[in-house]
Amino acid sequence: MNADPAPAPASRAAQSPLRRVAGDFFANPVAAFGFGLLCTLVVFAVFAPAISPQNPYDLAQIDVMDSRLPPGAASASGGTFWLGTDDQGRDMLSAIFYGLRISLAVGAASTVLALAIGLAAGLAAAYLGGRVETVVMRIVDIQLSFPAILIALILIAVLGQGTGKVIAALVTIQWAYYARTVRGAALVEKRKEYVEAARCLALSPARIVFRHLLPNCLPPLIVVATVQVAAAIALEATLSFLGLGLPITEPSLGLLIANGYQYLLSGKYWISFFPGIALLLTIVSINLVADQLRDVLNPRLQR
Amino acid sequence: MSVYVVRRGLQSVVVLFAMSLIVFLGVYAIGNPIDILINPQADQIDRERAIAALGLDKPLWEQYVVFLKSAATGDLGHSFVHSTPALRLIVEKMPATMELAIAAMLIAVVLGIPLGLWAGLRPHAFSGRAIMAGSILGFSLPTFWVGLMLIMVFSVMLGWLPSNGRGPTVEILGVDVSFLSLEGWRHLVMPATNLALFKLALLIRLTRAGTREALMQDYVKFARAKGLSNARVIGVHVLRNILIPIVTVIGLEFGSVIAFAIVTESVFAWPGMGKLLIDSINLLDRPVIVAYLLVIVAIFIAINLAVDVLYSALDPRVRLSDSKG
Amino acid sequence: MTPLLQVEGLRTHFFTRAGVVKAVDDVSFAVDRGEVLGLVGESGSGKSITGYSIMGLVDPPGRIVAGSIRLDGREIRELDAESMRRLRGNRMAMIFQDPMMTLNPVLRIDRQMTEAILAHDDVSRATALERARDALGRVGIPSPDERLRAYPHQFSGGMRQRVAIAIALLNGPDLVIADEPTTALDVTIQGQILYEIQKLAREAGTALVWITHDLSVVAGLADRVCVMYAGRIVEQGTTAQVLDAPLHPYTQGLLDSVPSRNARGARLRQIAGMTPSLVDLPDACAFRERCDRADGACGEAPPMRVAGGDPGRGARCHHPLVPWPCP
Repeated sequence: MNADPAPAPASRAAQSPLRRVAGDFFANPVAAFGFGLLCTLVVFAVFAPAISPQNPYDLAQIDVMDSRLPPGAASASGGTFWLGTDDQGRDMLSAIFYGLRISLAVGAASTVLALAIGLAAGLAAAYLGGRVETVVMRIVDIQLSFPAILIALILIAVLGQGTGKVIAALVTIQWAYYARTVRGAALVEKRKEYVEAARCLALSPARIVFRHLLPNCLPPLIVVATVQVAAAIALEATLSFLGLGLPITEPSLGLLIANGYQYLLSGKYWISFFPGIALLLTIVSINLVADQLRDVLNPRLQR
Repeated sequence: MSVYVVRRGLQSVVVLFAMSLIVFLGVYAIGNPIDILINPQADQIDRERAIAALGLDKPLWEQYVVFLKSAATGDLGHSFVHSTPALRLIVEKMPATMELAIAAMLIAVVLGIPLGLWAGLRPHAFSGRAIMAGSILGFSLPTFWVGLMLIMVFSVMLGWLPSNGRGPTVEILGVDVSFLSLEGWRHLVMPATNLALFKLALLIRLTRAGTREALMQDYVKFARAKGLSNARVIGVHVLRNILIPIVTVIGLEFGSVIAFAIVTESVFAWPGMGKLLIDSINLLDRPVIVAYLLVIVAIFIAINLAVDVLYSALDPRVRLSDSKG
Repeated sequence: MTPLLQVEGLRTHFFTRAGVVKAVDDVSFAVDRGEVLGLVGESGSGKSITGYSIMGLVDPPGRIVAGSIRLDGREIRELDAESMRRLRGNRMAMIFQDPMMTLNPVLRIDRQMTEAILAHDDVSRATALERARDALGRVGIPSPDERLRAYPHQFSGGMRQRVAIAIALLNGPDLVIADEPTTALDVTIQGQILYEIQKLAREAGTALVWITHDLSVVAGLADRVCVMYAGRIVEQGTTAQVLDAPLHPYTQGLLDSVPSRNARGARLRQIAGMTPSLVDLPDACAFRERCDRADGACGEAPPMRVAGGDPGRGARCHHPLVPWPCP
């Protein structure tokens, strides 16, 4: 097509990149909704102890007499269980706030660790090239050709269970995505003239990597990281549901859902249903944000 | 073409060897092989006999040779729990998993490609946007939870479908299948739908992206300039081009469907390899875990090989570069 | 006599988020049977969109908002989709710029050729194949039988463009719109393709609308020339009139920037400034910012004025190089 797209108004170019991205991001009402939802969920998780009607893991606060009450039922002590109670008599709403806290924490922790490892491996592969690159990328390729759930189960089977081991499994799965993304972006950048120029000026490798390569890897990395947080949360929930994830002492949303499984067949849907909705909202909101970030940060689609 | 297949086949054998080495190192060298391979309930005499039988007192490279030899003859150890060869246990459960995986993939393909095509042709229409919103939901819904909700609605509330098990099976060519009886169908439909959801979302997005990309290409405009009908432009020119990545992804994702069947099988108590794996992990039945791992690696390698061959058959450009190189 | 193609007041606009892009804005011209019209302009001047508009191939967010396109006296903007389809590739055909992109990479040449015949003629596959082979032979492709069974990537760029030309001419169209068909080719191939199309069109009495940015191509090929700028035709006339005695300063600028027309060793002249953005273009002469003859009058869009009583000769300019009414 010969009809060149009209150049963007000059005022846009003068804006800072962050403001431009923010502006483009919130231009889509669905993405703005996703972002708002995510913020709300994070607030719930962070302030769970303050806003929960009860501390679901304080035995003094729960009453077995209240067990398996449907949503909206009155508690023995006068309050209302808006989302019902589980088999121990815990308020589901409070359990969900606490579960959200654990799920988000595990997802965030594994993402940060995997991001750090993947970033280092990817930058090393791109900058050093040669044998380092071959070895790193071979491992990445082999690992990515197997589904995450499979690798996670094998690791859990070999390592055993526990919160730290679940995080370790999630990190092992995720670092490869970051390494591949970072290497791809860094390689593109490395071939550009200004990096050649920086090398000719004998700038230190650290300066080239951190001042030139790293910033250019950020946009794709942000997108991948957002998607991966959602994937990590979903995977942790799945492992916990299978009874191979977090211990009962740290009941994430997946474990809450698993707890309700046995009562589902007798029609007591709420014990599984509401934690599932919370999990769903979390993942949907992150995916909505990721989807819009992908469009906003993709230079190919920028019009 | 046949040269290509043979060469790719040889490459696959090399990868299989490499994977066997990794599995071997993972199980024998990193973990304690005695813990992993010998029943912890065994008494001292049994343990020593087993150590000798497994050659665990020999050097590592010799152990690897022994491991390879027994693996090559299909001997991957005996299940502690069932006292039968681990490999036979896996193979017995394989048809159930395969049936589930194939049914799920069929659902995803039959629905996903037309929906993705529709959304790609009408990206701004309400229907196109609705399909995309649905696909985001499909990506975000945790499989196991959807399984529970399906059971809640169709088994508990409506009472239409059984909540677990595989139902009666019929044997054809030595393989048990359940899709030949109505009762079998009733058992199959819910787990298969559950397993299909994620791949359905993936195929919708892939097809939509490919369609939008193809529609912008000059060859589509040229095809329209030739006076071809819309149906032909889309059905032949667009579809033939996007089919190449789609077939590739369908092939590669089939392996992941088999792996994700682990979750669905656990939810619906479907008697396949995945449920066996979870049960084995819970019971610490390690030879079965090792056998499952090697079998799934072999399946993955076979799928990759098949996809490569199929890809070269579909894309004329690949064929040419191969005959040159 | 009615001309083969009569375009009047054509406006094709693109409704983008940034605003309305008036890619084609009030364009009128006519092409007689067997005539070669050169449509000249820089990229973004709307010449390709004009071609797409005639073919009915404008994609959303673009839309023809006004004007009339008559083929052989018949208004084709009123035709339904099926009637329009029957015209495309049959009565009028189009050749695109990049031969690497116009042929479908995964379909064999025979299929891409026969489908163009079968879309319009109720003939057997064998007959269609025979016609396709003859067409390949006519555009100078050696051993057409063998080449029919090949895939596009097995052809060079020049050969692919020959195939595209063969496809365009398959059904003996009255009109071929050629959108820079030689631009993407090597210089040596350009000449051959140019000659080939010219010869085939003349033999069959096919009219050509030749879209290009290259005045030197037009010089040897076209009977008449329309110069486009920012979605409008700013000057029209016979090739000799436009190239030898241009009226519009823009045409003069284009001519000055053709290397071979400049004295050896002299500094190549170029047009100052850039083509304007087509978004929400004001109703003024679009060239005024780059024009050294511009004054206050140019704040108002100049109409197309006929020069010297010749209805085919004219320009949109308040201050033409030869003062109105030009001879």
